[in-house]
Amino acid sequence: MNQLGMGQAVNQALREEMMRDSGVFIAGEGIGVGIMESPMLPTFGLLKDFGPERVKDTPVSEAAIAGLAVGAAAAGLRPVVEILFSPFFTLASDMIVNHAAKLRYLSGGKSTFPLVVRIKNASGHGAGCQHSHNLEAWAAHCPGLKVVMPSTPADAKGLLKSAIRDDNPVIFIENMALYFQPGPVPDEEYLTPIGKAEIKRQGKDVTVVAWSNMVGLALRAADQFSQEGVEVEIVDVRTLAPLDKETILASVRKTGRLVVIHEANRTGGFAGEISAIVMEEALASLKAPLRRVTGPDIPVPASPPLESFYIPNEENLISAIREII
Amino acid sequence: MQITKEKKIEMLRSMLLSRQFEDKLTELCKIEGKIPGMMILCTGQEAVGSGVCAALAPEDIIISNHRSHNHLLARGADPNALMAEIYGKRTGCNKGKSGTLHLAVPEVNALCTTTVVGGGPPIAVGTAFAQQYRKEESVTVCFFGDGAADEGSFHEALNLASLWRLPVIFVCENNLYAGAQRYEEHTKVKDIADRAIAYAMPGEVVDGNDVTAVYRAACKAREIAVSEKGPTLIECKTYRCHGHGEADLQLYQPKDEIAAWVEKCPIDKLRDEALSEGLISNDAYEEMNRKMNEIVENAVRFAEESPFPSPEEALEDVFVSSRIS
Ligand SMILES: Cc1ncc(C[n+]2csc(CCOP(=O)(O)OP(=O)(O)O)c2C)c(N)n1
Repeated sequence: MNQLGMGQAVNQALREEMMRDSGVFIAGEGIGVGIMESPMLPTFGLLKDFGPERVKDTPVSEAAIAGLAVGAAAAGLRPVVEILFSPFFTLASDMIVNHAAKLRYLSGGKSTFPLVVRIKNASGHGAGCQHSHNLEAWAAHCPGLKVVMPSTPADAKGLLKSAIRDDNPVIFIENMALYFQPGPVPDEEYLTPIGKAEIKRQGKDVTVVAWSNMVGLALRAADQFSQEGVEVEIVDVRTLAPLDKETILASVRKTGRLVVIHEANRTGGFAGEISAIVMEEALASLKAPLRRVTGPDIPVPASPPLESFYIPNEENLISAIREII
Repeated sequence: MQITKEKKIEMLRSMLLSRQFEDKLTELCKIEGKIPGMMILCTGQEAVGSGVCAALAPEDIIISNHRSHNHLLARGADPNALMAEIYGKRTGCNKGKSGTLHLAVPEVNALCTTTVVGGGPPIAVGTAFAQQYRKEESVTVCFFGDGAADEGSFHEALNLASLWRLPVIFVCENNLYAGAQRYEEHTKVKDIADRAIAYAMPGEVVDGNDVTAVYRAACKAREIAVSEKGPTLIECKTYRCHGHGEADLQLYQPKDEIAAWVEKCPIDKLRDEALSEGLISNDAYEEMNRKMNEIVENAVRFAEESPFPSPEEALEDVFVSSRIS
């Protein structure tokens, strides 16, 4: 297996799918010629290899980029467009929320919108709240959208390939810090199913549900508990919509304890949804109150100590687990 | 450009069908509980959709807005399926999911009708991109109102369409009102067509009550688009003879203004022309009128006799059941 960063894994997925299907094209701000050229970035080298017909650098026009995806998908192509940073979702959101998500339903099932919107989140770099706001719960709240948030390069590759082949609109959120954390990626071709959680670590004592950059953190915390004889099970949901609640519920029924962790702030965050599902369907299995570990309800601050305060860390998770074991 | 007799008759028929269809709706929506939702009509504006659609080939795509009935009928949508949809019936073109406001008829390449003011132009960029990408000799038409030209999405879409020379015809239906606002109260520029200059594309003002003028302008724009010279902005000056919706009492529209425009009826204009040119006899015209009436009456009967969807059908058509290969 190769050791690749998530950006490289995304790059491989884009390449393979563009090679496989001539209807796949990519578009976004700086995806052809960008201000940063690094082989660790997702669209590196694609312009050279696929040409300007299929690798479309766009103006700074998020509504037009998302509209491009909706229209091109309606007309039979498979667009993969990029929103530079997650807070700019708001500029594209009319096209995503009111159009991509709803037009199939409005057509009575006649039209399909096979599009992917890749969204990058820049938290952890001191970029501040207008570049680092996690909006996954907004997207997951929209019926008609699938929402994918991979935690490893291998998952990112397999999930993006599935997303591109999916006939529904998929919001694919990449945490940019993960671009620079290499992990094993299989050499042979594979697809990772959308809507299937993965147990990233088996354990019998506590369930931690996590996604994206929080999975790695949870694994480290679990190692620490293991030395104390407490086995933490880590469920990486991988996709928020559709949500694999069976895997979550089975794990909670086994361990009787639950912590949900996400980087997004607490109020209206997706941990609330998962908690509610567990309360509705597995309350009797809970041996202790569940816990949420999330960012606080503030905009993501820029200064390094402030940003570190915002982003949940191992200590936050460890103390939440300690409270319930 | 000479317009054939057949073309003129086709446009006359198309406008008449639209007028009959909407006159019927005016009548029906006064009956309590008959038609759900708002009723937004284009009575008096028929020359726009009928003139533009007469210039199109079957493979061309149209993107419509909330005032869509004429666009869709002129494009050849089945009046029965439209009427049933307006009634909210299962046999409607969108199985009751869209109602009168978002009618999508992919069978005639009316791929999307959006009621989000300004929602159409970015999507038209996408469908036109798909046409260019596949090297088709086809174009996209996007219909929108004067109010939509105030939205940012309109400007993003024109810029991108022009930058990439996309085969799209932006058709602004300037009916002098956006809701209760008269044109001068919402836009400073005298002609919206002038905005084409800012995006380096041709812009043309046409008499939107003269179907032959609209047709000519659309033919020219289509020619430009398919010869890879990019988009055109056509502004059709017309008038909203009814209120914004049928519930609107039109208190803000001067009575003499309405009366003057009703006099400029585009159907009467073409009829008189056709009569004086000997293209049609009085009897033949009356026969055509009767025929259109019959089509509309049949559509109403079809809609009334059709069943409503069962409540659980609301759960269908959100997603394409995954077809991942
Ligand atoms: C984004 C958005 N804002 C507001 C509305 C409410 N609205 C519906 S139609 C309309 C007026 C639109 O005017 P115009 O574009 O000129 O079209 P017309 O109704 O005159 O055909 C408004 C404000 C809407 N549907 N979408």
